[in-house]
Amino acid sequence: MTTATTTTDATDVSSGSVLLTLMKLRTFIALFAVIAFFSIFAPNFLSTANIILMSKHVALNAFLAMGMTFVIITGGIDLSVGSIVGLCGMVAGGLILNGIDLQFGFTVYFNIVEVCLITLAVGVAIGAINGLLITKLNVAPFIATLGTLYVARGFALLSSDGQTFPNLVGKPELATTGFAFLGSGRVLGLPVSIWILIVVALAAAYVAKYTPIGRHIFAVGGNERAARMSGIRVDRVKMFVYMFSGFCAAIVGLVISSELMASHPATGNSFELNAIAAAVLGGTSMSGGRGTIGGTIIGAFVIGILSDGLVMMGISSFWQMVIKGIVIIVAVVVDQAQRRLQQQVTLMQLAKKG
Amino acid sequence: MHPGKDDACVLRLEDVTKVYSGIVAVRHANLALRRGAVNVLVGENGAGKSTLMRIIAGVEKPSIGRILMDGEEVEFHSPADAQRHGIGMVFQELNLFGNLSVAENIFATREIMRGVRGIDHRAQVEKANHFLDKLDAGINAETLVEDLPIGQQQLVEIAKAISLDTRILILDEPTSALSAAEVDVLFKVIGELKAQGVAIVYISHRLEELMRIGDYITVLRDGQITGHAMVRDIDTKWIVRSMIGSDAKDFAKSVDHRLGEEIFRAEDICLPRKTGGLAVDHVSISVRAGEVLGIYGLMGAGRSEFFECVMGQHAHSTGSIRVGGVEVAGRDTSRRIREGLALIPEDRQREGLVQALSIASNLTLASLDRFVRFGFHIAGERERSAIKSAIRDLSIKAPNPDFEVTSMSGGNQQKVVIGKALMTEPKVLLMDEPSRGIDVGAKADVFRTMRRLAGEGLAILFSTSDLEEVMALSDRIAVMSNGRLVAVIDRRDATEELIVKASAEGHKTTRELAQ
Repeated sequence: MTTATTTTDATDVSSGSVLLTLMKLRTFIALFAVIAFFSIFAPNFLSTANIILMSKHVALNAFLAMGMTFVIITGGIDLSVGSIVGLCGMVAGGLILNGIDLQFGFTVYFNIVEVCLITLAVGVAIGAINGLLITKLNVAPFIATLGTLYVARGFALLSSDGQTFPNLVGKPELATTGFAFLGSGRVLGLPVSIWILIVVALAAAYVAKYTPIGRHIFAVGGNERAARMSGIRVDRVKMFVYMFSGFCAAIVGLVISSELMASHPATGNSFELNAIAAAVLGGTSMSGGRGTIGGTIIGAFVIGILSDGLVMMGISSFWQMVIKGIVIIVAVVVDQAQRRLQQQVTLMQLAKKG
Repeated sequence: MHPGKDDACVLRLEDVTKVYSGIVAVRHANLALRRGAVNVLVGENGAGKSTLMRIIAGVEKPSIGRILMDGEEVEFHSPADAQRHGIGMVFQELNLFGNLSVAENIFATREIMRGVRGIDHRAQVEKANHFLDKLDAGINAETLVEDLPIGQQQLVEIAKAISLDTRILILDEPTSALSAAEVDVLFKVIGELKAQGVAIVYISHRLEELMRIGDYITVLRDGQITGHAMVRDIDTKWIVRSMIGSDAKDFAKSVDHRLGEEIFRAEDICLPRKTGGLAVDHVSISVRAGEVLGIYGLMGAGRSEFFECVMGQHAHSTGSIRVGGVEVAGRDTSRRIREGLALIPEDRQREGLVQALSIASNLTLASLDRFVRFGFHIAGERERSAIKSAIRDLSIKAPNPDFEVTSMSGGNQQKVVIGKALMTEPKVLLMDEPSRGIDVGAKADVFRTMRRLAGEGLAILFSTSDLEEVMALSDRIAVMSNGRLVAVIDRRDATEELIVKASAEGHKTTRELAQ
């Protein structure tokens, strides 16, 4: 080791730095690579209509991936988001179609804004349950959220006996119309769901960088003991990230049922895996302490463009799974290589300074 | 120091030096281990005892020097290699698998097999019980190690070493978790092994024990052997003198300043140990503003635990704490920090720093509330200027505060931890072994900072197991032993001997109680 550092000259250090910069930008490079590839090989890939359609697909995963990013940065995992999507869709659909039956002949209906707020509250509440299980009852995040995955999915299926809530147009006299706006409305030419994504992503990025809770999220994931010793309320931080993850999942539940104008209890099955993949692809470290919202969004775009582009090229969906898996593995391998290279470059810089 | 042509010498280290990246842990050590005798090794923390023993046990290889066994040069490439040569070691930190049974632990890597039918568990348990009975341990070899109290785990470790049937047995602080009765049994076993011709290396901080069991004594200081003698020729005074030496280290001169009002008072702090008994045993102490109180004690004396109780890290600790005459109401760490207490933890890597964050983020981690505008926004300007002044005040050598904290040396990392604590603007600063694992220059910086802070009216409690340090830095010296506060001595009246004696006090009384 000592001989290696003494014989390395300036060119080696700089070539190491170039390689390091390339690796740091890998998610960007991957994004440009998939865009370039499909604009050549997939017809109509760069048409405005296609781009907007793809963005809408990507947005769904991006919401979940943002929530997942915070959770993973604290060193946890949230497997329940897919089920929360399903349950929240059913909650929204059920409230619009049937209201709440109070058992003695009365049924309460909510207007569409209230329905959305209640649905979001349900998502946050399930996140809170995850958080309580993990902080107060000391259940490992993997197990706690695996449990709520089943419970939430079960309730989603129970709510309609496994049936779909169809045709969520609502009734004007109950003020339950207008649900379609979320999924298919447009503002200034962009779909509403994209606008919501922009707002939530900016807010999340702001929280991560400029607020104490954001700093605390990184500290808890980086070294939970040191965070506790520094007076950070670790339990509160964890509650926050799981509740935010639930909130993001509820948004996705609303958007999907609004797009389809129907709620199906199996919606969101295995969405959690796509969200984890996007976060990891975007540079979030599964061991906690590292990750960015921007990286995660780009990761979600890479995965989304990859699957949509492969569909447009007419490649079998079985091959798509293989390709997606390989991309994720390569991403993590490069991540590890970057970590090692980074350490080497830092050591060399220290050695050069003497 | 050369024992000459001594037949009794089973293993000899000749001119052994061990260098870690930049630090010389052992320099030019000559050591002879005699068979059928207890070879005692003493020295302060970091004097190089453990390194020397790790070389003998094959864990480390010497940078320079030779190991001679029965007059022939040998080289140990691994602990297994050393074991083949008949060397067994009981490490200070227990190396046991908590999830396995006692018997499985004792026979790990040399399981008794029945050919293809796998491990002969019954034979293992039988043999393990035989060794445990020798130690009067009263442990069933089938219990899981994690279900045993720490003292019994230590006995398991010893039984494991004995079962190796060694010619050289190294015991690194074997009694740190043992009760008086267990120590007596251990000494009896050591006596038997001695009679069988085994060479025993015994490392301990408890001078009393050394005088009782040792035959030959070797003293280490700063990686060098500073004294070698027969135990019967010497007394504790000689040991202390050889341990400390006369050359003074670079300590900041104590600036004379008037002490203020009493600002910190802890009363009746108790913390039950998981395995029974009290880790902190009714400790009461008070400190005045501008005063530096040094808490001296050996490993496991309960110093860290006491600090953790003060910071509200243990929910089940009892007792009351006052800061500035007002009883601290908050039970958790974040409220205690707000009420003017701050801790610099002993283990920098595990408890002090968030390695993934930058130098700057680490500095402000505990005090972000100070820089917040509108209740949620961190004002970048204010944070940056605070970071800049902290880096200047503590002379942290940070080329760029946005670099990761791990890119700095240990001493500078320690300064970051100190800076983090100071940024919470505490009235009382607790420092747990503030000079551990940092180089001499950084040490001097840390000591200067401590004096400066005291001059500014901060009350400082620091713990150390370095005699010289506690003598040089403290206004008053408290000695803890076995969870109890056994003595509080004014700096003017303190002598090294008095402190060393007091630090073994807690164990003596338990022994008297046990009889």
